[in-house]
Amino acid sequence: MVNEFLPIGVLIILAVALAIVVPTLGYLFGPRRYVPAKSRPYESGMTPFGPGTRRVSVRYYMIAVLFILFDVEVVFFLPWAVVFKELGVPALIEMGLFALVVVVGLVYAWKKGALEWE
Amino acid sequence: MLSETLANGNWNLAFLVLFFPLAGLLFNLIAGKWLGEKVIGAVASLATGLSFVMALLMGTWLMQGGGEAVTVPLFDWFRAGSLHLGWTLRIDTLSVMMMLVVTGVGTLIHIYAIGYMHDDVRHQGDPGRFQRFFVFLNLFIFAMLILVSADSYLMMFVGWEGVGLCSYLLIGFWYEKGAEGTGNAKAAKKAFIVNRIGDFGLLLALFLLFGAFGTLNFDPIFKNAALASPAIILAATLLMLLGVAGKSAQLPLFVWLPDAMAGPTPVSALIHAATMVTAGVYLIARSAPLYELAPSAQLVATWLGAATALFAATIAIAQNDIKKVLAYSTISQLGFMVAAVGMGAMVAGLFHLVTHAFFKALLFLAAGSVIQGMERGLHEAAHHGGEYDEDVDPQDMRSMGGLRSRMGLTFWVYLIGALALAGIAPLAGFFSKDEILLDALHEQPGVFAVLLTAAFLTAFYMGRQVLLVFFGQPRSEAAAHATESPAVMTVPLVLLAAGSVLAGALNLPVEGLHWLTGWLEHSIAGAESLPFDWLVAVGSTLVALSGLAAAYFFYGKRQPLGRALADPLSSAGCWVYSAFQHKWWVDDIYRKWLVGPLRAMSEFLAATFDQQVIDGVPKLLGESVKDFAIWLSGLQNGLVRSYIMAVLGGLIFILAFLLFIMR
Amino acid sequence: MTLDFTPILPFMIVAGAALALLVLDLFWPVRLKWLTPLLAAASLLAALVVELGQANYLRAGLSNMVIIDNFSVFANAIFICSGIAAIALAYDYIQRTGINHGEYYVLMLFSISGMLLMSTAADLIIVFLALELLSVPLYVLTGFARPRLDSEEAALKYFLLGAFSSGVLLYGIALLYGATSYTSLHGILSAVSRGTADMPLVVVGAAFLLVGVAFKGGVVPFHMWAPDVYQGAPTSVTGFMSVGAKAAGFVALLRIFVVAFPPVAVELTSVMNFLASLTMLIGNIAAIGQRNIKRMLAYSGIAQAGYMLMAFVPFGNKAIINDSVASMIFYLAVYAIASFGAWAVVVAVEQAEGRGLDIDDYAGLGRRYPLLGVAMLIFMLSFIGLPPTLGFWGKFYLFRSVIEGNYIVLALVGMLASLISAYYYLRVVVMMFLHDGANITVRRNWLLSGLVGVSALAVLLLGLMPGPLFQMAADALLRL
Repeated sequence: MVNEFLPIGVLIILAVALAIVVPTLGYLFGPRRYVPAKSRPYESGMTPFGPGTRRVSVRYYMIAVLFILFDVEVVFFLPWAVVFKELGVPALIEMGLFALVVVVGLVYAWKKGALEWE
Repeated sequence: MLSETLANGNWNLAFLVLFFPLAGLLFNLIAGKWLGEKVIGAVASLATGLSFVMALLMGTWLMQGGGEAVTVPLFDWFRAGSLHLGWTLRIDTLSVMMMLVVTGVGTLIHIYAIGYMHDDVRHQGDPGRFQRFFVFLNLFIFAMLILVSADSYLMMFVGWEGVGLCSYLLIGFWYEKGAEGTGNAKAAKKAFIVNRIGDFGLLLALFLLFGAFGTLNFDPIFKNAALASPAIILAATLLMLLGVAGKSAQLPLFVWLPDAMAGPTPVSALIHAATMVTAGVYLIARSAPLYELAPSAQLVATWLGAATALFAATIAIAQNDIKKVLAYSTISQLGFMVAAVGMGAMVAGLFHLVTHAFFKALLFLAAGSVIQGMERGLHEAAHHGGEYDEDVDPQDMRSMGGLRSRMGLTFWVYLIGALALAGIAPLAGFFSKDEILLDALHEQPGVFAVLLTAAFLTAFYMGRQVLLVFFGQPRSEAAAHATESPAVMTVPLVLLAAGSVLAGALNLPVEGLHWLTGWLEHSIAGAESLPFDWLVAVGSTLVALSGLAAAYFFYGKRQPLGRALADPLSSAGCWVYSAFQHKWWVDDIYRKWLVGPLRAMSEFLAATFDQQVIDGVPKLLGESVKDFAIWLSGLQNGLVRSYIMAVLGGLIFILAFLLFIMR
Repeated sequence: MTLDFTPILPFMIVAGAALALLVLDLFWPVRLKWLTPLLAAASLLAALVVELGQANYLRAGLSNMVIIDNFSVFANAIFICSGIAAIALAYDYIQRTGINHGEYYVLMLFSISGMLLMSTAADLIIVFLALELLSVPLYVLTGFARPRLDSEEAALKYFLLGAFSSGVLLYGIALLYGATSYTSLHGILSAVSRGTADMPLVVVGAAFLLVGVAFKGGVVPFHMWAPDVYQGAPTSVTGFMSVGAKAAGFVALLRIFVVAFPPVAVELTSVMNFLASLTMLIGNIAAIGQRNIKRMLAYSGIAQAGYMLMAFVPFGNKAIINDSVASMIFYLAVYAIASFGAWAVVVAVEQAEGRGLDIDDYAGLGRRYPLLGVAMLIFMLSFIGLPPTLGFWGKFYLFRSVIEGNYIVLALVGMLASLISAYYYLRVVVMMFLHDGANITVRRNWLLSGLVGVSALAVLLLGLMPGPLFQMAADALLRL
């Protein structure tokens, strides 16, 4: 029991230790020069300024949601594929139904214009 | 085919006796609006008449079957726990006798009412109410038949209340008329409330019986009555007497019946003379097995009846309203019946019930004919521009006189009814009253004396009434111009008169001719008739004749009564007469000592106690609940985070409870 | 492994119809739009026929993950009829409020399919799946009146809180799995009876489960979403939600607890007892303070949830559990009928831009529209539980089963709560008949009138003869 989980325990301890040790080292030995740009929140290089309720084009959102949706759905195919041979035809039918549902969603999104950028 | 169905006791048809009046009333209720008066009246009369035929048929079936009681289950009413109530008809000789009286006399009164109400609705100025009258009348017949055909006390109680309702509706038929525009409505209310006191007693009696026997069906109760505790039987029978006193207008609850004369005359005849008021007598007769076990209750009933008989008779001699005299006479005669059934002389009491139904219905209807004759006379007099005195009350005997010549037929039938009531041989009243007196002599000599006195007074006030109404000179223009009623009214009168003459034959005091006794002994154990006693018969006849003679002495020769003049008795009897006239001040006593304090108390309860205490507490509670509600709504602040806090808080509370408190 | 879909055939029909309609509605032209609600109703009718055909057809299926018994048949019949009623409720409403999109009916069908699955769930995974399937479309439907801010707000709130409660539920399932290594109800039961389960964990897991599902049913203190969401959602959605979602929550709760958790009844009974009392009291009292009829009915729905929760209290008592289940599911049917009637009245009275929703707006309506007024009176009397309405029998059987379980105090609290409820229910009627005022013109629409009429007649006639319906409920046994 203990042995099975030992690697995970080691991993967790290492991760925590690393997270503590590395910033501490920087804090102890690093030079400290404060410039305004450094005290800003890090936003992947974009300037995080402007009103908080700034509009973001809904298209980003739409595309992102659709991406995640279909991505996650497809993940279900993997375990199915692993045991497909044992389960046989019924599993095929079931997966067909599943795919059908996903396809209906795709058709709906497509027809509604969710995939059009303009 | 049809004759076969009808000949052999086909008890599946028994429901028809109830069905006909119900169908009649529904038909008139729904379709009456578009029909003429004749059709409405004919339908209602036919419905009652068919019920009568049905009752006759069932009578013959019973005879074929040797008179054994038959129960006909109609349907389940309800089941609740151990209480199972079926709607079952009980057909035995007693109930068939009652049905025959109710529907037989009822049919004649229905027919009479077609003519009477035709005039009445016009006189009162609302012809539209004709339909309503017959709907109510049929409803009454329906309820009364339920009462007498019941197989259990509960079903009987339904009928008992049903007839009470009809009585209320019909007394207040002209509810916007009467003294100060509320007189009739008040009379109806009085009847209802006084009856409620009696019903209260009856209900308690039923609860007691149910508590003791676990059922309200007649057969099991009577079968096991001897096993029950005597105290319960005594209490139940005494409480039942309260119901009897209410419905049959006995002391001390009789006060509603004279006021009930506010209803149209056919109602007075049907409900308040012939049928409904006898329900109390029927109740005692039906409960005979219980009363047999409670001699004290029997004694109370006997003396109650006898006292009422005398008491009401004294009042009747000082009344001037033609219907009031008859009303007190009814109370008095009901007293005879109650005394008889109280003594255990069931057959005598029921015999008197039957004969009384004939002659009292006759008297009332004839009085109605007189009243309408007076009204026509009034109208006539006004028309001819003669001395028109609009103060003339068409019911006041002091305004009448000499109607013998104007209304010959009415006079003759009235005379027959009056003599029958007075107990003159060989009319019906003679035989039945004689039988009661005979039984009283054997059972309770004291009661015999009281009843004999009442019989004397009966003859006296009836003689007085006939003399005042029909003899001498007309004392008003209305009386001088009065005219005879139409045939639709007089034909039922003649038939009832025939009944009043012949009904005595039902139970002739001759060996082998005791028809009614033989008939009723199938339903009432130990029904018997005493052998004929010449002494009693001759004695009571002499008493009656002397009563009539006394009436002639006071009212016959001298015709003393102008409307303004005093009654000759008033000078002779000083305060006693005053007591008669004021009904022994019973109404005043009730008003002062019962109604007044009750009013004051209810006013206190309503204005002070209820408004401030009873209403105050819920108001306070209500207000605080409302405040709490508003506070609660305040918690609903619309922020998702507080909602989540609530969910989380609830969850943590539950977990804490489960993990720390339950462990 | 065989593939037999018959146990979930009604679900398949409804879900399939939803998928088909989703696509069809995209492609057919505007003039054929009316086909969508028609076909949706037709599919529900077909599902109802199949469902009723499955009466007395007791079996488990799909690897024992679903089970059908008369209980599920009765519950599903309620759900399907609610769906049909909801279509009648919505047809005119979404046209006049300008939200007539075919997706409305599709989402509703999805939600109903979730309910149908819920009542047959024999495995906690299915319970979770069904719960999400019925909830997610409801989130969307709540925000269906999109440009309207309160509708969007309600949708977001509902979604956030719903997601939170789903999390709680999932957590409960995980704990139970951890404690027993089963997710199936029978598996959990057998693990607990064998003694191989970690008991404290089972109790905690059951409590999490209770909270997660009680949220859907609107049980205090997990009810706070209900008034806001009910008010913000399009009224036709609210009507559907107040019956369907609530019923589904209770059906799931009933099956889970009666089947899997009798061994922990000792602990949970007192929790349920407490929650039921709290729900009845708070729901009824808070309803008094409401001025908006939708909020009032929301609180009324919360209170009704409290009554239904009463039937759970004796869930561990094998002797009377059948009575309890019957009375609760009977109550559910009673509640559904009266609710749809009342909501239909609200929809009929509602005016453009959300006016006509205050109780004050009902002033004088009963006199101008006597039939509508009398119908509302009947529904309110039924909610109070007065004879001769069906509501009386609902309460009668419910209280009877509670008293048989010897929870006298709970029954007394319930009666007190009913007493309080009379105040705000009758206030609507008083407003309709005894006050003058607001010049509201009620829309006449045969679907709505039909819904009001049928519900009112059902409440009255079944109230006079509750026997057959109760017999059906009594036959709707849970297969343990």
